[in-house]
Amino acid sequence: MTAVDETTGAKEFGQSRRRKEDARLITGRTKWTDNIVLPGMAHLAMVRSPVASGTIASIDVADAKTSPGVLGVWTGADLDAEQGDLPCAWAVTPDMKHPRRPAVAAGRVKFAGEIVAVIAARSAAEARDAADKVLVDYDDLPVVLDMNEAIKEGTPLVHEELGTNVNATWIFDSGEAGTGGNVDEAIAAAHADPDSLVIERTFRQQRLVPAFMEPRSTVVDPTGEQLTVWSATQVPHIARFLLAVVLGISESKVRFIAPDVGGGFGGKIHLSPEEVATVLIARKLGKPVKYTETRSESIQSAHHGRDQIQKITLAAKKDGTVTGLKVDLLADMGAYLGLVTPGVPILGAFMYNAIYKIPAYQFKCVNVFTKKVLTDAYRGAGRPEATFAIERMMDTLANELGVDPLALREKNWIKHEEFPFTSVCGLTYDSGNYEAATSRAVELFDYEGLRREQAERRARKDPIQLGIGISTFTEMCGLAPSRVLGSLNYGAGGWEYSAIRMLPTGKVEVLTGASAHGQGHETAFSQIVADQLGVPFEDVEILHGDTQITHKGLDTYGSRSLVVGGIAIVKAAEKVIEKAKPIAAHLLEANVADIEFDSGKFSVAGTDKGVTIQEVALATFAAHNYPEGIEPSIDADATFDPENFSYPHGTHLCATEIDTETGKVTIRKYVCVDDIGTVVNPLIAEGQVHGGLAQGIAQALWEEARHDESGTLTTATFVDYTLPTAADMPFFTTDMTETASTSNPLGVKGVGEAGTIASTPAVINAVVDALRPWGIDDIQMPTTAQRVWKAIQGKEFDASVGAKDTRDGSHEAAPGNGAPLWSGNESGGAQ
Amino acid sequence: MIPAAFDYESPASVDEALAVIAGAGDREVKVLAGGQSLIPVLRLRMNAPDLVVDLGRIAELRGVRDDGDAIAIGAMTTHDDVTREPLIRQHALLLSLAAQTVADPQVRHRGTFGGSLAHADPAADMPAPALALGAEFVIAGPSGRRTVGASDFFTDLFTTAIGEGELLVEVRVPKHTGWGAHYEKFNHVAHTWSIVGVAAAVRVEGGTIAEAKVGLTNMGLVPIRATAVEQALVGQPATADAIRAAAQNADQGTNPMSDASADEDYRRHLAKVLTGRAVLAAVG
Repeated sequence: MTAVDETTGAKEFGQSRRRKEDARLITGRTKWTDNIVLPGMAHLAMVRSPVASGTIASIDVADAKTSPGVLGVWTGADLDAEQGDLPCAWAVTPDMKHPRRPAVAAGRVKFAGEIVAVIAARSAAEARDAADKVLVDYDDLPVVLDMNEAIKEGTPLVHEELGTNVNATWIFDSGEAGTGGNVDEAIAAAHADPDSLVIERTFRQQRLVPAFMEPRSTVVDPTGEQLTVWSATQVPHIARFLLAVVLGISESKVRFIAPDVGGGFGGKIHLSPEEVATVLIARKLGKPVKYTETRSESIQSAHHGRDQIQKITLAAKKDGTVTGLKVDLLADMGAYLGLVTPGVPILGAFMYNAIYKIPAYQFKCVNVFTKKVLTDAYRGAGRPEATFAIERMMDTLANELGVDPLALREKNWIKHEEFPFTSVCGLTYDSGNYEAATSRAVELFDYEGLRREQAERRARKDPIQLGIGISTFTEMCGLAPSRVLGSLNYGAGGWEYSAIRMLPTGKVEVLTGASAHGQGHETAFSQIVADQLGVPFEDVEILHGDTQITHKGLDTYGSRSLVVGGIAIVKAAEKVIEKAKPIAAHLLEANVADIEFDSGKFSVAGTDKGVTIQEVALATFAAHNYPEGIEPSIDADATFDPENFSYPHGTHLCATEIDTETGKVTIRKYVCVDDIGTVVNPLIAEGQVHGGLAQGIAQALWEEARHDESGTLTTATFVDYTLPTAADMPFFTTDMTETASTSNPLGVKGVGEAGTIASTPAVINAVVDALRPWGIDDIQMPTTAQRVWKAIQGKEFDASVGAKDTRDGSHEAAPGNGAPLWSGNESGGAQ
Repeated sequence: MIPAAFDYESPASVDEALAVIAGAGDREVKVLAGGQSLIPVLRLRMNAPDLVVDLGRIAELRGVRDDGDAIAIGAMTTHDDVTREPLIRQHALLLSLAAQTVADPQVRHRGTFGGSLAHADPAADMPAPALALGAEFVIAGPSGRRTVGASDFFTDLFTTAIGEGELLVEVRVPKHTGWGAHYEKFNHVAHTWSIVGVAAAVRVEGGTIAEAKVGLTNMGLVPIRATAVEQALVGQPATADAIRAAAQNADQGTNPMSDASADEDYRRHLAKVLTGRAVLAAVG
């Protein structure tokens, strides 16, 4: 654990330390919000609408009010004057349509699960009993669920006052932006050119439930000078700001605490209706109040993810060179706008071009309202959708051209020596080595061997068919440079804050605005600080998730904690050292200019005189002996605003077996080689990759939030929403290449979303690859056994698909018509 | 508590439990075994009984004993115990193999054999193997005990021959010592209910199938015995071709539902494929 890196002197960076937070998180003996019990605390239950669309004709709360233990019942009408509107922080266009979003519906309900009344009682059970006694009559209104229907003339409106079901139309065009050519010209040219082709496909990104492990929970204590809110949130700082704005409270009168939080995956980025309602009721009662949702409430009413229809047009030359890419999206907002709802598809806008040199690009997104629960960020947020579309298109193009899909990718990707590279979207990719990651993945996967087996299985029409899927992804991590966010009309910046407090005993308290909810911040950040300050790992305490401890911060999402928050910590540590130097010089009776700092010790250059940082901390605390003219403190803080995103990338290879008798898809082999820059803690990074893979694979194979015609979510329990477990996962072969980011001093890139972004297209490409002998070229997600089985019924099996002698004759069949298999840098792929 | 309020009793013997139920009068009673179906129903408030009678303290309902030509399995024996119990593995291997596929380890440690049979969910994994092996169900009531044969036990969706005021106390399973067995389960993800399941037990003599018993999960409102398959198998060589041919009869007499997890035609197809696989695995 204490091996020193000879070149950097780092003791901790790169060590697979076990996470210091795990014992308390895994045993649950910690401050989960629902574990918090305050004296005299009341409990809430929500009455939720069972209908997706209707007018509240009447609400009878008389029986509920007299139910045992009940302290009060409030309808939307009772709260409407004070509840304000829940905010959306991202006005993607100046004319974006933004509906009112009350915490508790008053008059109209717009999705099944919307809150219509709140009960407070002495116990949670009594509150729930009373909720059953609230009688609500709804006059049904038309239900609008389908995006294509929603945008048609004459379709009933989700929000009549807006006059349309379109939230916004957002366009990026590389020709107009001056970052590339005109895509319509590129497509027209390809149509006219016999040596070019144009491929058009439509993909459906199904709705997903973030399904964090800990249901959302909020405790509010209105007593005392400040209102204190504990909540299972990813964004305590943002939530405090928003709560103050929504309710018109002074921000300084609100303390927002995210205690230990059990996962989020984007699903806890918000100020929620439940949080606002809990604050309102606590203030009315003048006593602490708790609300914890049930799992079914969570699945129904916490925001969902994805739900897009992607029409993709790709133009290419027949030698495989991509000449243009056009993206037409429909994105389902659901009934309301959450914190970044309209911006989620736009986060993908810059990633459809992925790792490729695409000369002309256009992205157009139409955001649509429907009467379903809102969508918002879900692990990857826009980038999984983009990666799916382009990686599916690259496989499709390779198939059309009869070339190996890896070779086709290499022909189009940015070469290592071309970095830094400005993409067709105008982003500057700082570093990358797609060749290295792909070579390693191909080697670990036995790509040639599996291709050979695939050909053999096809030739003998084996009941188990094999498919190989590829995903060479990149993503933009580290949300985000504040100026970039400003240019996109996002409501905040993307900096992060940290402070370091040197305690008299030599222990170190590190404050960070990044609010962990399972990622392992405490361990990784401790490792960074231990190296920066030369103190033992065990002596570093990471404090987070409390606006009174870290007064500012922008919280955790978008793979930003290490890349932005971690760098803020480094900057603060550098300031600590600079502040300590004059005091150390004073103690050593030397010139500041002669003081060197290394591994926790200040020493005088060329001598063996030295003093440790702990000794300086103690001396500074005592303040008996320090230089005149400076303050007796070596504490420091820093706010770091990145100048660029970081761009992790990787090559994911998936082999799937299709049981052609049942349609069942089984992952035979999954190899991924990610390049996330330098790695602070390989164990944590691998854990992030594994979890990400599980979520991405689950979208491909199992998960879908479905509604019936009336708008009722029919997958509101884990019986019907088929979330996989470890028992369903294949063994993952993971590895890393390390191409340091040049955008930050640690060379790190971020890993929280990588697995999710990369894996879904790898799996679907593999499924489609296995089904090609039946002439199948696409299949909708999730690829359930029934869906696959039905797809091949009544179709002829053509064993010759993709089969052709290869140049060296080493095996009978190859995926393309005579093209060489990709075999690493030597062959160079397609010519 | 998330469920609606209910009274709770935890009697220490079968007689005491029967008395508690009998004494409940008009109040709606639910019997709690392992709780793996009842608790979710209560939690979702899909049912709000007045009284829950917990059988968890009744020692006499747990365990397996040798009963001559049968083994007798206490109704409160957990799925996990069914997977491990040597008597079951020796004489009714099919039950042990099926129990291994039930949900996840937590459910198998809580959920009970008798609870699953009495609940009679069409997608549950234990009824079809019990039916295939010709289990007999010992039901205790105010007027004593009676035994119901497997073919009369499962009467309708979530409905069995257990009457008002009665309890399932024991399941007697005729010994199938030396029989090959396999339970072929097909589902979306590991912890979910069966889309279709096939329970097969076969006795092979000199390469020929001498006897075969096949039960189907989720191919109708109740578990179904695939008698056409059984008849087609007997006397056939224990070969893949012969078994697959016999398995083509698997959907005869079934009435599978179409629901969110599968359509009727797909279930019929699965029954044939899975029956072939189950029997083939059972013959070894």
